Amino acid sequence: MSKVQYTNDKGLKMMQNMNIAFASGKGGTGKTTIAVNLAYFLAHSGQHVQYLDCDVEEPNGHIFLKPKIDKSTPANVLVPVIDQDKCTSCGECSSHCQFNALVTLPNNVLLFPELCHGCGLCIHICPERAIRDGDREIGLIEMGTATEDIDFVHGILNVGEPMAGPLIHEVKRHYKENHIRIIDAPPGTSCPVVKTIFDADVVVMVTEPTPFGLHDLKIAVSVAKNLGKPIGIVINRQNGEFPPLEEYLSKNDLPVIMALPEDREIARHYSTGDIILKSLPVYTEQFMELVFNIGRLLGKAQCR
Amino acid sequence: MINIKEMVVVSGKGGTGKTSLTGALSFLFRNKVIADCDVDAANLHMILNIDKVLLTKEFLGGKKARIAPERCTDCGKCRDVCLYDAISEDFVVDTVSCEGCGACHFLCPAGAVDFDERLSGHCYICSTGDNGRFVFAEMIPGEENSGKLVAMVRNEAREEAKKTGNELILIDGPPGIGCPVISSLTGTHLAVIVTEPTPTGAHDLKRIVELTNHFQIRTAVAVNKSDINASYVREAQQFCKDNSLVYLGEIPYEPKITEAQKEAKTILDFAPHCAASGAIREIHTKLQSILEEL
Repeated sequence: MSKVQYTNDKGLKMMQNMNIAFASGKGGTGKTTIAVNLAYFLAHSGQHVQYLDCDVEEPNGHIFLKPKIDKSTPANVLVPVIDQDKCTSCGECSSHCQFNALVTLPNNVLLFPELCHGCGLCIHICPERAIRDGDREIGLIEMGTATEDIDFVHGILNVGEPMAGPLIHEVKRHYKENHIRIIDAPPGTSCPVVKTIFDADVVVMVTEPTPFGLHDLKIAVSVAKNLGKPIGIVINRQNGEFPPLEEYLSKNDLPVIMALPEDREIARHYSTGDIILKSLPVYTEQFMELVFNIGRLLGKAQCR
Repeated sequence: MINIKEMVVVSGKGGTGKTSLTGALSFLFRNKVIADCDVDAANLHMILNIDKVLLTKEFLGGKKARIAPERCTDCGKCRDVCLYDAISEDFVVDTVSCEGCGACHFLCPAGAVDFDERLSGHCYICSTGDNGRFVFAEMIPGEENSGKLVAMVRNEAREEAKKTGNELILIDGPPGIGCPVISSLTGTHLAVIVTEPTPTGAHDLKRIVELTNHFQIRTAVAVNKSDINASYVREAQQFCKDNSLVYLGEIPYEPKITEAQKEAKTILDFAPHCAASGAIREIHTKLQSILEEL
């Protein structure tokens, strides 16, 4: 890609320190593809960019951005440590635990760490003060620098660990000031997505023109709307018309901020782990438009 | 006493074709109950021949705290004990951040925090055109505890299997490897992983296989959209060999799958003679013999 001089400086200034989240509802619609290419485009245009992968169950951004990881830290959650000598098996802790993580037996209390949400209620509630707080590792946070000096952070959830939420929270603690922050969300529409987008300044929904894509988009849009987020729609793999999607978007006043065609060349480059803009610079203009439209959404939100 | 077997289709990565494959398999398997455990974004009902909804059940996902201002003394205890920063300086609970642990409710000296069960979703039990049963659920968007709703769907499916005497439960799982996936996998007899021949597909395949190994579930792998990249297909084959996983075969990329979706049909219904349908028939035969061995 040749060096682009991006002209809309006002729009870019506005994006600094903003959180731009990518969500979709349905998996595999192209969230990561669009997010990493936008990060690349902005960084290549001279912006300070941070990419944060909050899809901690299956993080994929690193496959394309190929960061050099220079810091790796375990992420811990609070877990109760029970002093069995002090414990009288009174059952207060297990009867109050909302997550069934504690079971009181005649002579001791058993903890099921995977069920524990680390709330600490049992520590406060134990009348014998037999419980203290300990640490349990749920995953890893890796940080580094990717192509075009993109600041890179992702979380990797330990296999077998059910709770993505606390790790997503941990990824977001690494926000960098004066950067445009590109945040990749997991698929779905429940708590991990909410945790990822709740502090977003704009949510970009990447969808595909299929019945499944539209069905899940509607749910994801209602999540983002409930949170009061400005929403922009990216239609990926566009191939002819799909009237139900167009009708839904116009009825709900959802702006299409980018459309990428179904292109076997994109699929081929994706399948080798390439950044599309590097190999197919013909798509640069679409990304310029995307940036411009995100800027407009942010501007509108600020005027409100 | 019937011997119920549960087979679950998962993928790690989203959008590899779980639901399209599950739908097609449901067309081929006889005497089964179908369950959609992707409760965040259920899609399977859109391509199945559903006769009618027999029963709708409410799902209570958990409790959330709410502070009653008239009883609150502004002491600040709730803010001290909440580890999720869910309570504002003027003592209003942010339901998005609230984890539903009850610490504020149980520890408030003034008893000012209410803690009530919330409606988080619905579970539907349906009959299908071929006299089978189909169970699916929908979370209320943004609600928590999808793992618990998955458990509810599986329970209802098992009840239906017992009632109808169908011995196979065919489960469409969610993407990822977290809470709802674990809830979909635990205690099943066979996991079918749908992957795609891309670097992200390969990366996510390894993690979902680690998970099925962790739970000691027999695992089989099918490669969808197999003509995108031949070298990743070979890599998947080799990976199955190295990890003693059953390799089920390849399904070529088929644009008709989207066409079928638009007609609310599975690919086997819509284009029974296309290459993808042929490949799925072969996969079905292999799965049938694995299930018989179990």
